[in-house]
Amino acid sequence: MRLGASDLACSRGGREVFSGLRFELSAGEALVITGANGAGKSSLLRLIAGLLQPTGGTLLLDGGDTDLTLGEQVHYLGHQDALKPSLTVAENLAFWVQFLGGSQAAMAPALATIGLAGIAALPAAYLSAGQRRRLSIARLIAVKRPIWLLDEPTAALDTEAQATLAGLMAEHLSEGGLIVAATHGPIGLEPAAELKLGGRS
Amino acid sequence: MTALTALLVRDMRLAVRVGGGALIGVLFFLIVVTIVPFAIGPDLALLAQIGPAILWLGALLASLLALDRLIGADYEDGSLDLILTARVPLELAVAVKALAHWLTTGLPLVAAAPLLGLLLNLDPTATGAVALTLAAGTPALTFIGLVGAALTVALRRGGLLLAVLILPLTIPVLIFGVAASNAAVVGPVPFGPPFTILCALTLISAVIGPIAAAAALRHGLD
Amino acid sequence: MALIDLANPSRFLTLSGRLLPWLAGATLFAFAFGVSQIIASPDDYQQGATAKIMFIHVPAAWLAMFIWATMSVAALGTLVWRHPLADVAAKAAAPIGAAFTLQCLVTGMLWGRPMWGTYWVWDGRLTSVLVLFLMYLGVLALWRTIEEPARAARAVAVLTLVGAINLPIIKFSVDWWSTLHQPASVLRLSGPTIHPSILIPLLAMALAFLLLFFTLHLAAMRNEIMRRRVRTLMLMQADAAAGR
Repeated sequence: MRLGASDLACSRGGREVFSGLRFELSAGEALVITGANGAGKSSLLRLIAGLLQPTGGTLLLDGGDTDLTLGEQVHYLGHQDALKPSLTVAENLAFWVQFLGGSQAAMAPALATIGLAGIAALPAAYLSAGQRRRLSIARLIAVKRPIWLLDEPTAALDTEAQATLAGLMAEHLSEGGLIVAATHGPIGLEPAAELKLGGRS
Repeated sequence: MTALTALLVRDMRLAVRVGGGALIGVLFFLIVVTIVPFAIGPDLALLAQIGPAILWLGALLASLLALDRLIGADYEDGSLDLILTARVPLELAVAVKALAHWLTTGLPLVAAAPLLGLLLNLDPTATGAVALTLAAGTPALTFIGLVGAALTVALRRGGLLLAVLILPLTIPVLIFGVAASNAAVVGPVPFGPPFTILCALTLISAVIGPIAAAAALRHGLD
Repeated sequence: MALIDLANPSRFLTLSGRLLPWLAGATLFAFAFGVSQIIASPDDYQQGATAKIMFIHVPAAWLAMFIWATMSVAALGTLVWRHPLADVAAKAAAPIGAAFTLQCLVTGMLWGRPMWGTYWVWDGRLTSVLVLFLMYLGVLALWRTIEEPARAARAVAVLTLVGAINLPIIKFSVDWWSTLHQPASVLRLSGPTIHPSILIPLLAMALAFLLLFFTLHLAAMRNEIMRRRVRTLMLMQADAAAGR
């Protein structure tokens, strides 16, 4: 599987965010996107997820499921957690597992891996920011998708959770997955290609 | 559970748990029906005559209430992004959300209509006719309102704008709903034709509404 | 024992737990007495026995207003005196007040049907009670909508006090509106005069209803305190899981 972009351009609110962007990613590889705020890191991720349309250039997925669009084969972990406060931890995860086409059996191991198994029956309103983030990450491991798009995934996570995430990302890559992550600092994907956004490049 | 069933169950759960619960639409309906006599006087004969119209207007306004939260809530917490990456057509997803909205908002209005008919001195025939036309017509209100909700999703307080956009589109539903209700009571026009047209409007909006709403979401989210 | 002693929820739970059975017993006794007085009272010369609905209809209206007054005092307790249990009292009273108001409306409708041939008339008194019912429902909706108890308490307190100020105004304007449209016939639900044979059962039922309110209110306050404890425990559980 290969994900590639050539001559990619993006505009937000009439302002051109980046142009002439290119990268190529193969199975088992990770791409880290860095840059100042506003440089377009989130926009690039949303572009790949199909939530934004490019103003120029192309995105190509080679080797995925040809019946599905690119966006339907990614996991998008954005700034928001997509959690409903009035549903419990388990209900939130169960919904996304069912909606994104995963299997119920994967839920309990996922909750256990990120350490939320003990509070599965708690309404999500009571969770801290870190716990909400971990619940979003549980979604990534409960439903299998080849491409992970992570927007500042370590925000709000403590060191232990960051280590868990690093382990999960390594496991995903070793299974032949791809990761594109936007971040300000190191997130445990160190031997990865870096794409720096911002400035007239 | 399939993806769409999961979405339906989740939306219904949220409608019942969040905010005033599912019954706040009924409460609004009750309040609207209560304040009309204050404006036009308590003449029971007059109220019985315009009763179907009052009930229809109340149901229309109450239906519109929760609509701006229908898609707006998912937009604000990032759920909409994930719904777009699911392997479910967006048209079906928004249609299911509209169905959940009707089941938790519209259907209670239909159930409350007979009780409110008592307040307006409607006789049983009129009450039955109004309830039936509401049952047939409130889905249309939801599906048309869905388009407004999709158009105003990114706006902070799009509620009033949504009403401004949607109310003109709901006029045919209102016309045929009230006409069918009155026809059952007053006669000369039989109940059948306006009621059939009302059902047709619901079926048409059930198709056009989700398609238009999905298109609006795709183009409006950038 | 000062009011301040009841401010401690645990002490309140202990004391109310001891008081509750006695209150319940007193309520039952009062109802037994009241019903016996109703049965003993004479039939109305026009309406027959139907008029005896008045004995549960009128006290319900009195209680509906009394409970709003209670909620208003509790609201002052929350906003002005910062009494810790004031908002618990307010939240527990609201559904009971709504229930009494609804009972008043329903008995009024059931009384109206044989009297005027219609379930509802928009006369001053019934309409005022309907508006009061809507205001109770509004308070209930507001309690439900705001999740955090302290914030909800303050918001509801403001609404309750504004409502309390408004209620006389609403009553006056509704009565005035009612006379606008019904100048001649004055439909008086409580009968033409209050004769002692009617007054005593009325007061007896009013007392029974009052005791019923106190019993239910106390029990509801206990439930609310325990509900908040569950919530606190859940918050602590979440904190513990987060390692804080």
